[in-house]
Amino acid sequence: MNIDFITEYIPMYVEAAKLTLRLGLTGILFSLVIGIFCSLSGYYRIPVLRQITAAYIELSRNTPLLVQLFFLYFGLPKLGIMLSSESCAIIGLSFLGGSYMAEAFRSGLESIERTQIESALAIGLSHPQAMRYVVFPQALAVSVPALCANVIFLIKETSVFSVVALADLMYVAKDLIGLYYQTDEALLMLVIAYLILLLPISLAAGFLERRLRYAGFGN
Amino acid sequence: MVHEEKLLEIHDLVKDYGNGPVLKDISLDVHKGEVVVLIGPSGCGKSTFLRCMNGLESIQSGEIRLDGNVITDKKTKWSEVRQKIGMVFQSYELFPHMTVLDNILLGPMKVQKKGKKEAQEEAERLLERVGLLDKKDAFPRQLSGGQKQRVAIVRALIMKPEILLFDEVTAALDPEMVREVLDVMLELAREGSTMVIVTHEMQFARAVADRIVFLDGGEIVEMDTPENLFTQPKTDRAGRFLHTFTFEKKEG
Amino acid sequence: MQDLGIRVLFMGNNFIRLLGGLWITVKISLISVALSILLGILLGMVMTLKNPVTRFFTKVYLEFIRIMPQLVLLFLVYFGATKSFGIQLSGQVSAVIVFTLWGTAEMGDLVRGALISIPKHQYESGAALGLENRQIYRYIIIPQTLRRLVPLAINLTTRMIKTTSLIVLIGVVEVMKVAQQIIEANRYTVPDSALWIYGTIFFLYFIVFWPVSRLAARMEKRWAN
Repeated sequence: MNIDFITEYIPMYVEAAKLTLRLGLTGILFSLVIGIFCSLSGYYRIPVLRQITAAYIELSRNTPLLVQLFFLYFGLPKLGIMLSSESCAIIGLSFLGGSYMAEAFRSGLESIERTQIESALAIGLSHPQAMRYVVFPQALAVSVPALCANVIFLIKETSVFSVVALADLMYVAKDLIGLYYQTDEALLMLVIAYLILLLPISLAAGFLERRLRYAGFGN
Repeated sequence: MVHEEKLLEIHDLVKDYGNGPVLKDISLDVHKGEVVVLIGPSGCGKSTFLRCMNGLESIQSGEIRLDGNVITDKKTKWSEVRQKIGMVFQSYELFPHMTVLDNILLGPMKVQKKGKKEAQEEAERLLERVGLLDKKDAFPRQLSGGQKQRVAIVRALIMKPEILLFDEVTAALDPEMVREVLDVMLELAREGSTMVIVTHEMQFARAVADRIVFLDGGEIVEMDTPENLFTQPKTDRAGRFLHTFTFEKKEG
Repeated sequence: MQDLGIRVLFMGNNFIRLLGGLWITVKISLISVALSILLGILLGMVMTLKNPVTRFFTKVYLEFIRIMPQLVLLFLVYFGATKSFGIQLSGQVSAVIVFTLWGTAEMGDLVRGALISIPKHQYESGAALGLENRQIYRYIIIPQTLRRLVPLAINLTTRMIKTTSLIVLIGVVEVMKVAQQIIEANRYTVPDSALWIYGTIFFLYFIVFWPVSRLAARMEKRWAN
């Protein structure tokens, strides 16, 4: 193990991790927005929109991110649509993540019994108020474990960003292996980098999940 | 007790889910201060009837008036009407993510826009009355079924409704908890609250009701004072129904 | 329609080659799935043990595999094993190893979940009927466990096949690699072939997975108690 090599290249990994995190979080943010939109259009059974979002969800869940990225980065320019590497990465991740987030929100919403809305209406709340004060807070609590799992999943998925020529962690590791053949060091730093990125999120998710189990208010 | 003023008037109400009417031309007046108890076999439409009264079920024809105003046309502001018609459900339906106090305060603060202090004083007074003041900061899952149902009653009462609807409120309770809920309802009846109650507790129905309505097959079969209906039902159907609640001692 | 890039699909045996590439992906994942199911059932049973040592190691294994992107695991095995142990693993073998390691962890956790989800009174009521332990498992526990397990296992399988697309990045000639070769070969004659080829692969994946994921969803719904 070459310590000098490791210290020399740590800054490259830090830069790469920042890129991963920045693109990952942006993609997750868009995923959440898409997810909320899709789950609501399903929940309120909005005609046409509901079918479109359902088709999108199936398409997104049943294709790998890698293939989506290749299509965006290499395919679309032939139609005259040139996207930067970063745009491709964010669009790809959001396209993938949106459906996962939608499923998480949907299962949360569906877990709240219709009678809860009725009892809110019965004390005179309007329908939007019933959703805001009664349904959404409960649905969100039910969704939290799935949402956390999705965040971790999407950060992991960023590992394929190197195919659209982004200098992410995988790219740096592969580069160092190819250039210097310092395989052990490069891989060790790679693993540590992902542990530093993901372990805190995973632990926080576990903590949240235990607190919200059974949507167990008052435990 | 004399009940003169009509509070709720229901005329020729028809409810149909699309495969034949479940309520057929039902008419019923509820007077101010009156306690009406709906009884009848499972599936006779008594719960549906109750739910029509505060618009949780749409109706296909007929008319409902509250204080003389029609509440069953398209312009009805249900949010306003439902403040005057309180409802308590079989499965309590407390909001599990809120404390007892927050459950009770949601209506006064968000619907009636009352100040927190004023609303809370009222809530605590009502909780005290049902013997649950010490539970005000508890979450619903920490309460027994009977306690939850009493909180649900307080949640309806705090809106100062003109009429209260009870939908089989003791059906989900363990037997030893039924009493504590029924006692609260009896007390409300004594104070002159107007109530429509769906129940399977015949003893209670007899004790609390001014009038018993027997529904079967989506129509009102018989309507009378508890004394008359329980001791000498005029129709066969009511007689047979009441008979299912009595047991004969085995021979020997 | 001479200038349409779609014709590149039907030139020579290009389409067949793409399918062949997809088959490599599917083949690697099917082998890994089969191994994962066998090893996963064992792991799942081990995970229900109350022994603190097995608990600790299975937990660490599961968490590590779960937290690492599959591509990192592929790199670890493909590049790392070569360097550290001096064995030259082919991309395909590395892929099978990684996907089996991953699948075993996930499958193990599913099996564990299914086993502990059977309520205790199911064992008790079996015993109350006078069944022997072996019969209780044979007639009561295993059928119920399977019902919970099968849809989840199908889901895992589709996830694994989907993830197998990553092996192009360690140089395995699968569908994405074939695509690159075709696009490269037709660079001058059909300049927009990338759009059509990658678009086709996109839908090929969809056509393969969609029925499987519908099936899993339906089984899950039907068998949910």
